[in-house]
Amino acid sequence: MTTLAARADRAAAVAACHADAVDREGRFPAEAVAALKAERLLGLQIPGQFGGEGAGLSQIAEVCSTLGQACSAAAMVFAMHHIKVSSLVTHGLDSAWHCRLMERIAREQLLVASSTTEAGIGGDLRNSLCAVETSGEVFALGKDASVISYGAQADLILATARRHPEAATSDQVLVALMADQISLVRTGDWDTLGMRGTCSDGFRLEARDVPVEQILPKPFAEIAAQSMLASSHLLWSSVWYGIASYAVDRARAFVQAEARRRPGQVPPTALRLAEVSNAHQAMRGTIVAALRRFEDAHGDADTIGSLGFCVMLNNLKVTVSDMAVDIVRRALSIVGLAGYKNDTPFSLGRPLRDVLSAPLMIGNDRILANTAKLLLVQKSSGQLMSA
Amino acid sequence: MDITQDIREVLGSNEAFAGKADRLSEDDSLFDMGLDSFGSVQLMLALEERFDVEFPDSLLNRKSFATIRAIREAVSTLICRDAA
Ligand SMILES: Cc1cc2nc3c(=O)[nH]c(=O)nc-3n(C[C@H](O)[C@H](O)[C@H](O)COP(=O)(O)OP(=O)(O)OC[C@H]3O[C@@H](n4cnc5c(N)ncnc54)[C@H](O)[C@@H]3O)c2cc1C
Repeated sequence: MTTLAARADRAAAVAACHADAVDREGRFPAEAVAALKAERLLGLQIPGQFGGEGAGLSQIAEVCSTLGQACSAAAMVFAMHHIKVSSLVTHGLDSAWHCRLMERIAREQLLVASSTTEAGIGGDLRNSLCAVETSGEVFALGKDASVISYGAQADLILATARRHPEAATSDQVLVALMADQISLVRTGDWDTLGMRGTCSDGFRLEARDVPVEQILPKPFAEIAAQSMLASSHLLWSSVWYGIASYAVDRARAFVQAEARRRPGQVPPTALRLAEVSNAHQAMRGTIVAALRRFEDAHGDADTIGSLGFCVMLNNLKVTVSDMAVDIVRRALSIVGLAGYKNDTPFSLGRPLRDVLSAPLMIGNDRILANTAKLLLVQKSSGQLMSA
Repeated sequence: MDITQDIREVLGSNEAFAGKADRLSEDDSLFDMGLDSFGSVQLMLALEERFDVEFPDSLLNRKSFATIRAIREAVSTLICRDAA
């Protein structure tokens, strides 16, 4: 079997085997990432001319969901990698250096991490304190990066920074830093409730003598609007959908086992299952509609950069992150103690702890506050079948 | 009414362009200069107030706010439409 679904299933099977250990030990899902590389899934989105497969976000989203059902941390690593790759694919084509980087990502299956969050800034990705300091053909950068998932394991990091030391905090660029060009000193441990395997430690990042050609030519304002906002919200949502699906599947199996024990009767928990399946379908509809709208835009900068599109993506993130938590919690109440315990086929502790990160990963209130600003000028809600 | 001068004044009151608005050329990309989504919302609100127009959703995109020339064209269309 070599279809994309089959490759994703094989990687997910490896991820599932190690998911409990990854969570318990708070360690990087090394086996799962090795499997993703073996299946050549890290280069999926890279255009064919650079040795990738030119996959669209919907295909990546499907893999995120498959992995999310197996190991949330591995799924989130895969999602974050492809969010970064989407920025390279959308904005790196005019830069010879970044084209070569894309070739290397596809050929060597390099893993890309992200550093936007900064001490003193938090989740406001459109502002930075640190700045690129250029001298001649090279630059230096020092950043108090309070969260970098798998920063210690990544082959390269895409980091935001101000364009120069005098630039406004919102005048940002995105720079590609190879692991051998930087030093990372750990400043904070990622000992968390869930998503433990993302190893999202805090670091002091120092880079010196990096060629200026490694700075993406487009301003980060555009990169954020054109690729990062969409890919983040769509792929994160797909991971959370996978986590919620796993929980719903456990609840369904539990109710069916009850039904088999008492033939002729509908178990009382079946009503709650019907309810949670309802929410699960609504969640799926929300994500699929957003993915379709993104694919239908065919990369058109005006559509994707429009205010209505931005509102739609913000709403997707807030809605789906809250629904995911709600669905896993409801699945737990169906399964009861068998889900609360850590060692049963119905255990839901790990997915519940993992999914609780969803509303915090760029805080929902921060996103709602941003939407509130956009709504000050939006005039109508659009049509049912089109924007 | 000198629409371009009015647009420059409105731009000047925007954080990203404070003190720079008069030096912008008609075709400088405002996004390249740090205009972000919130900045463009502020800009739209200020333009709506200044010219007593409402930007329909079809004009709420990056193209309409990409340059001073694009803004002038959008505003002119709206003023004509209102006058007709
Ligand atoms: C699993 C996981 C992995 C991550 N990986 C990475 C990574 O690889 N790289 C990276 O750079 N970052 C990463 N992050 C960090 C993430 O991008 C955000 O920066 C982080 O979640 C914000 O954390 P905070 O709650 O401390 O931040 P803040 O943004 O400081 O928010 C604090 C609180 O204030 C609220 N708030 C903020 N602004 C407003 C407002 N305007 N109105 C109302 N309320 C507001 C928020 O909702 C929140 O409740 C990761 C986060 C998670 C959970």
